[in-house]
Amino acid sequence: MARATSHPDRYSADAAGLGRARASAFTAPALLLIAVFLVFPALWVLYLGLTNYRLTGIQAANPEVVGAENFLTALTNGEFWNSTWLTFQFVLGSAVIGQAVLGFAIAWLLRDRTGPLKRIVEGLVILAWILPSAVVSFLWVALLDRDGGTLNTLLGIPGFGWLLEYPMASIIVFNTWRGTAFSMMLYGAALGNVPPSHLESARLAGASGWQQLRDVVFPHIRGHILTNLLLISLWTFNDFTPFMLTAGGPDGKSEILAVHVYKEAILGGNLGVGAAVSTVILLINLAVAVFYLRLLRRRG
Amino acid sequence: MRFRTISATAVLALSVAACGQSSSGGDGGGTIELSITLNAIAGGKNAKSAAYIQNWVIPKFEAAQKAKGKDVKVKFIPSGVDDEQYKTKLSLDLKSGKGADVMDIDGIWAGEFAEAGYIKPLSEVVGPEADSWEGWSQIPDAVQGLATYNGKKVGLPYGTDGRVLYFNKTLMAKAGLPEDWQPKSWQEILDAGGKLKAAGVPVPIQINAGTAMGEATSMQGVLPLLAGAGGEIQSGGKWSGASQPLKDALGLYQKIYSQGLGDPKLQQEAKGRDKSFAQFAEGKIGILMEGDYFWRGVVNPTDGVAKMAERDKVVGYAMIPAMDAGKGIRGQDFVSMSGGSIRAINPGSENPKEAFELLAFTLSPEGLKEETKGNTRITPRTDVNKEILAGDPLLTFISEKVLPVTAYRPPVAVYPQVSAALQEATAAVVGGTAPDAAAAEYQKKLEGLVGGAGNVAS
Repeated sequence: MARATSHPDRYSADAAGLGRARASAFTAPALLLIAVFLVFPALWVLYLGLTNYRLTGIQAANPEVVGAENFLTALTNGEFWNSTWLTFQFVLGSAVIGQAVLGFAIAWLLRDRTGPLKRIVEGLVILAWILPSAVVSFLWVALLDRDGGTLNTLLGIPGFGWLLEYPMASIIVFNTWRGTAFSMMLYGAALGNVPPSHLESARLAGASGWQQLRDVVFPHIRGHILTNLLLISLWTFNDFTPFMLTAGGPDGKSEILAVHVYKEAILGGNLGVGAAVSTVILLINLAVAVFYLRLLRRRG
Repeated sequence: MRFRTISATAVLALSVAACGQSSSGGDGGGTIELSITLNAIAGGKNAKSAAYIQNWVIPKFEAAQKAKGKDVKVKFIPSGVDDEQYKTKLSLDLKSGKGADVMDIDGIWAGEFAEAGYIKPLSEVVGPEADSWEGWSQIPDAVQGLATYNGKKVGLPYGTDGRVLYFNKTLMAKAGLPEDWQPKSWQEILDAGGKLKAAGVPVPIQINAGTAMGEATSMQGVLPLLAGAGGEIQSGGKWSGASQPLKDALGLYQKIYSQGLGDPKLQQEAKGRDKSFAQFAEGKIGILMEGDYFWRGVVNPTDGVAKMAERDKVVGYAMIPAMDAGKGIRGQDFVSMSGGSIRAINPGSENPKEAFELLAFTLSPEGLKEETKGNTRITPRTDVNKEILAGDPLLTFISEKVLPVTAYRPPVAVYPQVSAALQEATAAVVGGTAPDAAAAEYQKKLEGLVGGAGNVAS
């Protein structure tokens, strides 16, 4: 859409023939919803970030504008930077490496297959994706529990606290398992668009498997890869589900930013500071999005 | 993409603005609709309280109102979560002008709720009948204090409680300790822990620590220890910083958790307190510091969350000793901490008078006697306590021995934040930080919370 409007000379400015007034009327409900549920809350968060608003106490009744104090508090707080670093690990580990690589690997290995094996593998991967978070978290807690966990029983090491000893690794593996389906399906569809004749020519020219991937497949699906990375990076960045496994613990060792905001704002009651951190998260999200979109533009 | 980006951050604002249940509905057709909420749910947390409201209070109250010619419908809104989450839910409801007409809140939240305008003096919301309630004359001053903020009554007290040391008599016997064990100093607790350990008990001592257990770490952990070392979290208008009593209390944590007398991992687990209940019931924990809720609601053989069929035979209890005889607050040999819930009226209630009648009905002598049938607790009313406590050895013990030496938390709005800082100090010590360093870190946080070093005594 952005491309269409940026080339008015090539596309008619009024393709549907509605005229400006009627087109506005058509889009008004959608724009209103976006304004009420997205733009207003985002602006409200910006405003809250400038106040000492709290969930309870005198500041709940009469919040005062404190300027940049919340931002300074948040940015000079070791916990914030710790959370940012953990979130970076979480995104890199579970989204960029875990989901994207595993999803591509599954899609690549299954590309030419048909029959029950493909259906079973895809079915299982997608099942992990579509189950409700609460159910999935409970299953993983049951799997990793220190005392009666399935994993410890299988390995014969009762009493080993996976979520306590390796909290970040646990939630990274969890999120990889949870979200691989999206990458798998997206890459599966993308691989279908690689012209078989190109692969055939490469094979005839003696290209190895890796060379075929690098020189034929990746250039064809570059846009898909970047779009996928953009989406899963942002989703993972804002993901709250790890809270249900570790609650950010032990002692903040898995307190990613989404959990940090929840603890600060809702459990700790510091809505002002929470809003300030949310604003910073919003900016980080925008930066990540701009980074990927620039890469994507370079395609042409 | 933009949707996800923005919506994640928008959740915060939305949840503040949009969460909550509908409050007392309209007055369609002359029916008065009331709602009552407590952190109790059938089949889960405080199941008996939920059953009492649902099966006794609501039908009886509706019938009594009908007899007076009023058509009143009461709805019970159950909840079965950790206290901190319950508090968050209530705050969000009240902030958005919703919430139940009658609600249970922990007495220690009264300050911050009152300052936020979430609860108001009863005389303002209800009228003079609140101050002339017949029950006040039956309620001891300390318990009335739980429901008082800035000299005004903001709710009716629901009861009080006390903390003791529970122990498993079977395990104690294995370790060669007496069935009527009563330590007189911290050293005797540590000695008993050592013997339990030698006898092969997996977790000799469990004293709550860390942030995951929330207020349970303060009330059943660091605050009784602080009192035992002669300290108070706040006294004479000043908060205590890195005082010697705090260092002593943290020092006991260090001794327990660095010498294998306790399980440091349990203090970090997201559901650590629930696990400590289960492990005590399974006979894996020797000594556990808990409130009377543990006896009534956890190891209760009929409906506890971690039932012990042989509770009355197996579970022993002792008073919490001061560090050494005479070293506790007010020079005491033994200490405890007490709190209690209050039941308040939502200032946004459309029918505050009827809501107060419902509230008073739940705390009437008949109501309390019915509620405590097979589920005894220390009610706010002396007249009722005299009748019901006799049948329960632990509650008699608490009301006769523990309540006279107990202490209360400061009823000020900033307390929960101070408490959280205290919990972080225990987490640090259990994680290996030296008590002095953890105490210094606590003082630093405390100064930020209470408005500067001028309000802190070290």
